[in-house]
Amino acid sequence: MGSIKDKVAIVGMGCTEFGELWDKSEEDLVVEAAYEAYEDAGIEPKDIQAAWLGNSRTAMRGAALAIPLKLEYVPISRVENQCCSGTDAFRNACYAVAAGVYDLVLVVGFEKLKDAGPERLRARYLYPDLFPQVPLGLPAQEFALKATRYFHDYGLSYEEGKRMLSRIAVKNHHNGTMSPKAQFRREITLEQAMKAPMIAYPLGLLDACGVSDGAAAAIITRSDLAKQFRDDYVLVKGIGICSGAKQAQLCADEDLIHFEENVRAAKVAYEEAGINDPLRQIDLAELHDCFTITEAITYEDLGLCPRGKAKEFVEEGVFDLDGELAVNTDGGLKCFGHPLGASGIRMIYEIYKQMQYKAGPRQRKNPSLGLTHNLGGTTGAYTVSVAVFGQRE
Amino acid sequence: MLGVISYGAYIPLWRLQRSAIHPGLGGEKAIAGFDEDSITMAVAAAIDCLKQTERGAIDGLFFASTTSPFLEKQAASILANALDLKRDVFTADALACLRGGTIAMRIASDMVKAGSAKRVLVTAADCRIGAPDSSFEQNSGDGGAALLFGDSPEAVATVIGSYSISNELMDIWRLPGEAFVNTEEDRFIEEEGYLKVVEEAVSGLMCQSGFSVKDFSKVVLCAPNPRCFRTIVGRLGFDSNQMQDPLYDRVGNTGTAYPLMELVAALEEANPGDKILLASYGDGSDVVILEVTEHIKNKNYRGIKSYLESKKVNDDYRKYLKWRKILPLDRGRSVLIPKPSLKEMMRRQDEVLRMHGTKCKVCGTVQYPPQRVCAKCHSKDQYDKIRLSDKKGEIYTWTVDYGAGGLEPPVVTLTNIDGGGRAFCILTDASAHEVRVGLPVEFSFRKSYQEILPEYFWKVRPIRINE
Repeated sequence: MGSIKDKVAIVGMGCTEFGELWDKSEEDLVVEAAYEAYEDAGIEPKDIQAAWLGNSRTAMRGAALAIPLKLEYVPISRVENQCCSGTDAFRNACYAVAAGVYDLVLVVGFEKLKDAGPERLRARYLYPDLFPQVPLGLPAQEFALKATRYFHDYGLSYEEGKRMLSRIAVKNHHNGTMSPKAQFRREITLEQAMKAPMIAYPLGLLDACGVSDGAAAAIITRSDLAKQFRDDYVLVKGIGICSGAKQAQLCADEDLIHFEENVRAAKVAYEEAGINDPLRQIDLAELHDCFTITEAITYEDLGLCPRGKAKEFVEEGVFDLDGELAVNTDGGLKCFGHPLGASGIRMIYEIYKQMQYKAGPRQRKNPSLGLTHNLGGTTGAYTVSVAVFGQRE
Repeated sequence: MLGVISYGAYIPLWRLQRSAIHPGLGGEKAIAGFDEDSITMAVAAAIDCLKQTERGAIDGLFFASTTSPFLEKQAASILANALDLKRDVFTADALACLRGGTIAMRIASDMVKAGSAKRVLVTAADCRIGAPDSSFEQNSGDGGAALLFGDSPEAVATVIGSYSISNELMDIWRLPGEAFVNTEEDRFIEEEGYLKVVEEAVSGLMCQSGFSVKDFSKVVLCAPNPRCFRTIVGRLGFDSNQMQDPLYDRVGNTGTAYPLMELVAALEEANPGDKILLASYGDGSDVVILEVTEHIKNKNYRGIKSYLESKKVNDDYRKYLKWRKILPLDRGRSVLIPKPSLKEMMRRQDEVLRMHGTKCKVCGTVQYPPQRVCAKCHSKDQYDKIRLSDKKGEIYTWTVDYGAGGLEPPVVTLTNIDGGGRAFCILTDASAHEVRVGLPVEFSFRKSYQEILPEYFWKVRPIRINE
């Protein structure tokens, strides 16, 4: 098998504000993200040779990009892989560029979740085999089940476990205050997080990410062509993506306190990127904190801390903005918001800006390697993507 | 010996104290949970009845009720699936008449006698709703019972006599579209209805069979209320210690299920050689005499006695009215229920109603829902379908989903099933503070509360009665 390492470079990116964007249409979002990326890369729309769209629930086919952007008669593919849709669209685009078929392509991730009510996240037809036995198949329930078991297996009382989760929410909210495009930009206290209304025991309102509208875009090229566009381009170092086959639901000997899909996707990405000590080698990571427990478990799955030690690491501040490995420097899904198909590209946007030292007050000192991570699906059948990015040599 | 081979009953967990309806009223009534109805209670009673029976041997099934969820469509076919009975089973509903339970008993018994079936299961359940504050609401209760008829040397009781009369009287009725039963003036319907008809029917059978009042060790009479009960006992000349406790203050009159539940209670305390007289009422009366055999002592059912002891009190009348959908629910923005696909419901019947999982023939791994390719060893189409609904389990993890909407936030569990497999299941008959990792549970057939169509499926509940 080959590797994507250093074959592809990002030369332009754009990202809209995320949030409840009642006054913006899907077309508005796509236009804003794509044109910011065009300008950033210094290219004209007509330079785009092909495009990929990451979208999970709100658009059909590539025309959802062609129409607003007037991309005329170029190949556009829509990639659906739930919360990994954006990163998977990006991955497909990378492979096409690395294969030498195209020199300059556009990737856009977007989602307009807030036009519909919560039924947009209710997935009777997406997960028919969970109905009618499980009510509504809501995401909070899905991850709360893991939190209960995590607390149980590591002997954490409700207060102890909740304190760990709340600490993660406080950290991401703090980072979000420095992130002008984020949905939520206010500090919260540990007490507020711990006492927030329960949504799915033991998860409270402040353990959950925003449900949002938003779009993000990237322009990529072959790395040997990147210098034509800019000096501070960002290189793709590795991408791993995998889907579980429902083992954790079907096999009663599987635990629920780790996500095997995380482990497998990270292994692929780390191998490509040459990472063997992730905590030391990676400087910042955008992890899929749809719920605080997901971020906690992902630390362990990605080898950023040992099994069962998330609580210690969180409380020591290892993943704080000034910590050893900053996690969710832009506020994460928690505060930046989570328009499903846009999130993967939004994460890459943050890593890209950090590597160009354009992250403002949340700028890391030495953003050597950055990682993005997405997770979507249901127990045992998650799709996970892990991608690693680096600065040019 | 032709007769009752086994018996079972079901009383829902919840009791509504009558003082919650009106201060000063005494006793309590059994009330179905918000996710129960006559079908689910009949399934529960049948499971109790079939504990020691090979289900594949059953070739007839009756469901008797005045509260089938369907005006058109059979309910027994749902029961046949939930009970995992064979495809070529004869199913029938005995609906609309309060005598439905004993009607089904007579037909089942005659089917066996005629040789058209070997094992016929009779189920009866009712969840009748009285108008708020009506005396009907106070006197009625919810429950179910099941009796398995067959010709077997193991029969616990044989039918030694039966007699029926038909009587036309508008005393209790409900028209399509009506939620509550209609009645007439009490003295009229009791004198011209219950008292006259039952007296005539019981006397008729005694006259025909040659038995006298003193020949019966237990008498089951199912009067609509305690006053009527006292009157009929006096008129027929039975002694009060012959009478099966009518359970007015603990369960209430359970409609079509009532005579069968009372018969089960009588059988639980019966001795070999006892004769039991049973009289039902509804548009006439069926009277049956059973004689108890020596096999009565070998049985181990939950029955009436243990279900009576296993209870939780609901003293919130408003909550009860919401359970019965008499008070509407605040349909907040989070309670939109997606409509099921009928095609998908059809395809997944074995999984959802029969609770079939697959057991891999190669590696033995049990998987739910059924899988064609084994999740462990990846062998294709090498599996046996196995019924999981009668297994016990243990809660592996759980949450309370406050975002799911509906009546109360559901406790959602991932339950590990004894013998392998795991299933996402809602916990019922328990509040959130009772749940914990490792809690032993059993499966219970339930109905969704906010359905567009009635949807039935299995939930888990804390093991209600240890056997």
